Amino acid sequence: MSDLNALSLVAQMDGLATGAFSATELVQAHLDAVDRHDALNAFITVTADLALDTAAQADAARVRGEASPLAGIPIAHKDLFCTEGVLTTCGSRMLENFVAPYDAEVVRRCQAAGFSMLGKLNLDEFAMGSSNENSAFGPVRNPWDRSRVPGGSSGGSAAAVAARLTPLATATDTGGSIRQPAAFTGTCGLKPTYGRVSRWGMVAYASSLDQGGLIARSAEDLAIGLAVIAGHDAKDSTSSREVVPNYRAALNSPCQGLRIGLPSAFFDARMSDAMRQALETVKQTLTALGAELIEVELPHLTHAIPAYYVIAPAEASSNLSRFDGVRFGHRVADPQDLTDLYTRSRGEGFGSEVKRRILIGTYALSEGYYDAYYKKAQQIRRLIKQDFLQAFTQCDLLLGPTTPGTAFAIGAKQDDPVAMYLEDIYTVATNLAGLPGGSFPAGLLDGLPVGYQLMAPHFAEARILQVAHHVQQVTAWHQLQPEGL
Amino acid sequence: MPSLSSDDVTRVARLARLGLSEAEAERALTDLSAILTLVDAMAGVETSGVEPLSNPLDATQVLRPDEVTEVDARTTLMANAPAQADGLFLVPRVVE
Repeated sequence: MSDLNALSLVAQMDGLATGAFSATELVQAHLDAVDRHDALNAFITVTADLALDTAAQADAARVRGEASPLAGIPIAHKDLFCTEGVLTTCGSRMLENFVAPYDAEVVRRCQAAGFSMLGKLNLDEFAMGSSNENSAFGPVRNPWDRSRVPGGSSGGSAAAVAARLTPLATATDTGGSIRQPAAFTGTCGLKPTYGRVSRWGMVAYASSLDQGGLIARSAEDLAIGLAVIAGHDAKDSTSSREVVPNYRAALNSPCQGLRIGLPSAFFDARMSDAMRQALETVKQTLTALGAELIEVELPHLTHAIPAYYVIAPAEASSNLSRFDGVRFGHRVADPQDLTDLYTRSRGEGFGSEVKRRILIGTYALSEGYYDAYYKKAQQIRRLIKQDFLQAFTQCDLLLGPTTPGTAFAIGAKQDDPVAMYLEDIYTVATNLAGLPGGSFPAGLLDGLPVGYQLMAPHFAEARILQVAHHVQQVTAWHQLQPEGL
Repeated sequence: MPSLSSDDVTRVARLARLGLSEAEAERALTDLSAILTLVDAMAGVETSGVEPLSNPLDATQVLRPDEVTEVDARTTLMANAPAQADGLFLVPRVVE
């Protein structure tokens, strides 16, 4: 592995600023790594020429003294974000030839900040999945053990950051799709508050839950990235006008006296001894930093998975009705009539998990079932949100595991959708409540990464990053890297 | 909740305009039944009088002035059409 790849995003910025290396050298080192680790299948599209062009522009601007601090830093985007002139597949046969006519707002902001885009990252089809096995372009492999999944749906983002193919990747999280893969790959993932980051040009899965965010190798790197993508966008009607704080400056606020809640439902009998031990070490670190740990209750948390697996598929069935074989996407050959065109184009274009969720969602919204499923789930959703708001009157942050266990073997859960859905047990509740959540490395269990999760009140991303940053000043978990890079 | 039948799968697939092979429909019956068992646990939760939550921030739809802001991007947008002629989307004959 070249030395440049191993550097954090902050160190890469410093190196460019001092002239220790050029943006062209930096981007080339990452493109070489992408090439070398092709077998991880983290990328769907590599945009090498584009990346080197923007790097050359960054180098020229730096000579003139006009470069922004991030000019020429590599980034890669989950292939759910539209990129003008570059394929946007969503991991689906349906969109295998789709070239977006415009850039997503997140992509535009990253470009404006000077980032060099290396390419588009693999994912579960339309962001539906917890293992990245549901991609029409094949599964992504976990850099820590290539027989295992990297998690999903942002599996390509997590694997690429873990394997040092990019210091920063965009990702999206509807029920845990940033945090779970971050935990499985020993990386840091932040799902911001609902409405914090524009969703314009981010292909919709479940619109009342979807939120864009980032995966990186430290809390500080996340803070720098979040500053670029957070903030109001008039093109997204759910975008918040809440002021964006200075995330990087907030990292150094002291943790002394912070109250961190431990929800009893997260630490119940289902937790494995190994996971409990890993969380115990995190708790001790937080106490040593001056935080106060208290027990809190989230009484409706056990109903989060059932509510989520009604709401998300219901909204997905509606959002994905746009794929009709007429305006864009896969179209069947020789349609007999309009219904045949729709039915067979969708039957051929969508993979099995997407079909499963469309069917469940359509069923839940169909005549006679709406009250028992969708309305009931939305009522439970309010109870869950109220639980969190109540807990946050007693504490500043919540701590829990990110996942029930470490990365599982490719194929292990593929025939059991319910077992796969239960992977999201610790992550979906924050999406239902619209809260920010982050997953950060807590060491290894039997050689595989394990993550801890911090959850905060709405728009308190800075507090999550601050605490994780302090932990990362006194531990080395986030610096562990897979062998064989 | 009543248990799911293969007729239900057929009905829902038709509503969703989703083509399923025979094997897929069979598999869907098993999978959907398992998922419905999972979500049926909701029935035991007391929710009377609870206002459904549709936006996590309880935000309401924003309005903007009704002005044209989009540029004419017909050529760009048509580039992704799988079947077209004379700048129009092609569909099978609808009216005989």
